[in-house]
Amino acid sequence: MSKPKVGFYWCASCGGCEEAIVDLAADILGVVAAVDIVFWPCAMDFKRADVEAMADGEMAVCFVNGAVRTSEQLEMAELLRRKAGLIVAFGSCAHTGGIPGLANLYSREGVLAAAYDAAFATVNPEGMRPQTEYAAPEGTVTLPELHETVKKLDQVIPVEYYLPGCPPPVKLITGALGAILEGTLPPKGSILAPEIALCSECPRKDSKPEKLDFTAFKRPHQIIADPALCLLAQGLLCLGPSTRAGCDAPCITGNMPCTGCGGPLEGTKDLGTNALSAAASVLEATDEASIAVGLAEVPDPAGAFYRYSLPASLLYAKKGS
Amino acid sequence: MATLGPNQGDAVRIGVYICHCGINIAGKVDVADVTQFAASLPGVVVARDYKFMCSDPGQELIQQDIREHGLNRIVVASCSPLMHEATFRRAAAEGGINPFFFQMANIREHVSWVTADKAAATEKSRALVAAAVSRVGGHEALERQRVAVKPDVLVVGGGIAGIHAALTLADSGKTVYLVEREPTIGGHMAKFDKTFPTLDCAACILTPKMSLVRQHPNITLWTYAEVADVSGYVGNFSVTVRRKPRYVIEDRCVGCNACVEACVFKEGKFADEFNYGLAKRKPVYMPFPQATPSVVLIDPATCLHFKTGKCKQACKAACERDAIDFDQRDELVEIEVGAIVVATGFQPFDAERVPEYGYGQYPGVYTSLEVERLVNASGPTGGEITLRDGRVPKAVGIIHCVGSRDHATNKYCSRVCCMYSLKLAHLVKERTGAEIYNFYIDMRTPGKGYEEFYDKLLEEGVHFIRGRAAEVTDWTMTPDEEGKLVIRAEDTLIGAVRRIPVDMVVLSVGLEAQADAGEVRRLFNISCSHEGWFLERHPKLAPVSTFTDGVFLAGACQGPKDIPDTVAQAGAAAAEAMALIDKGYVELEPNTAFIDEERCSGCKTCIAMCPYSAISFIADARVARVNEALCKGCGTCVAACPSAAAQQHLFTDDQIFDEIAGVLSYV
Repeated sequence: MSKPKVGFYWCASCGGCEEAIVDLAADILGVVAAVDIVFWPCAMDFKRADVEAMADGEMAVCFVNGAVRTSEQLEMAELLRRKAGLIVAFGSCAHTGGIPGLANLYSREGVLAAAYDAAFATVNPEGMRPQTEYAAPEGTVTLPELHETVKKLDQVIPVEYYLPGCPPPVKLITGALGAILEGTLPPKGSILAPEIALCSECPRKDSKPEKLDFTAFKRPHQIIADPALCLLAQGLLCLGPSTRAGCDAPCITGNMPCTGCGGPLEGTKDLGTNALSAAASVLEATDEASIAVGLAEVPDPAGAFYRYSLPASLLYAKKGS
Repeated sequence: MATLGPNQGDAVRIGVYICHCGINIAGKVDVADVTQFAASLPGVVVARDYKFMCSDPGQELIQQDIREHGLNRIVVASCSPLMHEATFRRAAAEGGINPFFFQMANIREHVSWVTADKAAATEKSRALVAAAVSRVGGHEALERQRVAVKPDVLVVGGGIAGIHAALTLADSGKTVYLVEREPTIGGHMAKFDKTFPTLDCAACILTPKMSLVRQHPNITLWTYAEVADVSGYVGNFSVTVRRKPRYVIEDRCVGCNACVEACVFKEGKFADEFNYGLAKRKPVYMPFPQATPSVVLIDPATCLHFKTGKCKQACKAACERDAIDFDQRDELVEIEVGAIVVATGFQPFDAERVPEYGYGQYPGVYTSLEVERLVNASGPTGGEITLRDGRVPKAVGIIHCVGSRDHATNKYCSRVCCMYSLKLAHLVKERTGAEIYNFYIDMRTPGKGYEEFYDKLLEEGVHFIRGRAAEVTDWTMTPDEEGKLVIRAEDTLIGAVRRIPVDMVVLSVGLEAQADAGEVRRLFNISCSHEGWFLERHPKLAPVSTFTDGVFLAGACQGPKDIPDTVAQAGAAAAEAMALIDKGYVELEPNTAFIDEERCSGCKTCIAMCPYSAISFIADARVARVNEALCKGCGTCVAACPSAAAQQHLFTDDQIFDEIAGVLSYV
């Protein structure tokens, strides 16, 4: 029996998800032995034409990381959708929009203006913007078009499974690969991670008091956090209570609060509003003045509560310019 | 989005009913248009409009349609759920479906009563109906939980309201705990001399009831005690009562007053609270001769033993029954009751807040309650009406509406002042023969025999000057004003400013909510109006109920009222408490929160949030759990839960989002 064909692809992402596959370390040999990698442009020499040449559904599974914000990414997502039996949205950006998704707080022109006009050390007196076509002496060159909004993968193509995390933890990747190879995948649409929040596996869980008692959030650089005590109890904005588990809390082990890359739990319509509502509940503040004091050290609420999930949230994106 | 409840195998079949409410809704909303619109919504099988959906034929319409069209979901667009949700749930249940497969759209209070434009009102009604239809498909079948009711009743406050409620309940066989803050029951009524309009002696009609309370085998009376904590819910309240130390063992004291006589203070030296400081008492004292219980108490603020530790304790030596106990401490008593009657009364308006009337400045200015004590035969002067300097007044001015009907103090009418002013006018004139001048804005004497009493006073030659008094002054202009207080007022009937010299000024102070009404309100989890009066559930149809089931109101804590109204209300509150207890059980609204333990990460966020302490952390399972009997369905934990593990029946996230989607789909 021939080995199942597997592909990896990246859209709008930082490359960390590719690293995560490499992070499988020695286990990657097992993967290579068990499957036939037919597409992985980051690591191996495959071209788009190789994919186009495949029969529809020929690839058993394709892991796609990154959000979708350009015409090229959209074309590739649609192409891979045709060629792959299963699409796994790999990592926060594909799952919920990720860091690139924060661009949805601005219009497309706002993003371009920030990059091509306002950025430090940029000199662009003509106000040039990237062109999709340019007639160079050597011939016409093209660039993909930047979309108005950033989308998570399942907003452009149907997706069978999701591997959350920024990047997905090795444990979840090996679990997912194992399930694919052994045919023990859960129902389609599932998130291949535990259906419970991070506190459940947090090593500091038992140190969390029933009543939190702080009047202002603090930022990690402002205190030397007690390495044994719940970070929320120390006033740090830890999103662990709202974030899907499965990572074994490496950030907290490193004495840093959870920033929510594991994404929302099923039943949570919106990680950001849920986390915000929970944070507002625990903060001891009763009037506008004390609320302002309490939140003074959350200078970027959208970035703090929706860091990885703005395109997946009810807010989704800025409307208009 | 519509999903089926667990009891429904078939597809969602919705009936929508648009109520005209006479012209309340139909006068503003195009009900035919909304009905037609409702019929076009997905899942809707029947849509009708009807004049009064809450009427018998209206409810029958629902039941008939359930039978004939196999409806399994009902939407009624009418008034507020507070008004008729129970009615329509019952109709749905009698039609044969789970009562919670029902949703109400409020197109009266939220639309027709508050929208000027007809087209806009119709649009809004469509949107609300779309929301209800969108939501109702996802409703679950719920069961009401039955909980047994504790048979005992707590009555808070031992004025005439609390006394009457306690006696009514005790006579019906209920065990009653009567808690009174002061050392004696009796309240304000015990201080009055006569009552209007019949001029019954207040003590003659009140003290027998006070004794009955003391003797009643079904009443446990705790005076000098306050409710410290209330938890639980209708039918099952746990109450902590704090009994303050009176330094006298109540069971031993027989009220012989030997200790009072023996006290090292030979004369009373300290302001006597019962007589508003018009008499003096000793540190050990009996509040007044008919105090109930007839037990003395020691005031540690004035007692030499407590102040210096050097008293020879003559009181203790004089007590043959060894009832004095200087080491008494606060005692906390826990009781379990099914119902609570709050009868905490009022406080008189502080006359010093109207400085132009000179109270506290001129010795000749009295409050009406002080004069009640002066005319009382057991009062500080034995019923002689004498001024602080011993003179008998020859002219007395009674100023009405002090702290009432006044934008600077209280806007409301205190309801009793006109009548008690007439009563005091009569009594003072009868005892002293003085000329009496009433300064009034309007005479308000509605009530059985009240107008007749006013007529009688007019015949007695009491003067009435229509106009709010401007000031009371000792600045004289003419020789006949010398040595007098002058009341300056515009007599609006003759259109002139008058100066009336008098010896005594009586300020008819209004009634105010108790100073600590805010704390008491929170203690019992009831609401109050902005003036501080406790809020009844409905001003006409539920006048003694509150928004907290099982807590009832009696007397002036709900608003100014006279003795007959207070007693009537106390009887009503007792009857409501009896109805609750005799039913034997309460059905809890199934809108409780629950935690999906599979999804609970044990972050404990919800636990401290719960205002009813209904959530606890289960140590071995490491999850939070809701005690549904304690849960009031406020939804705080649901909002606080960071991971959506806490949800609330009737208000699940899905139902709320379905509702929002319904409104938005229309917009």
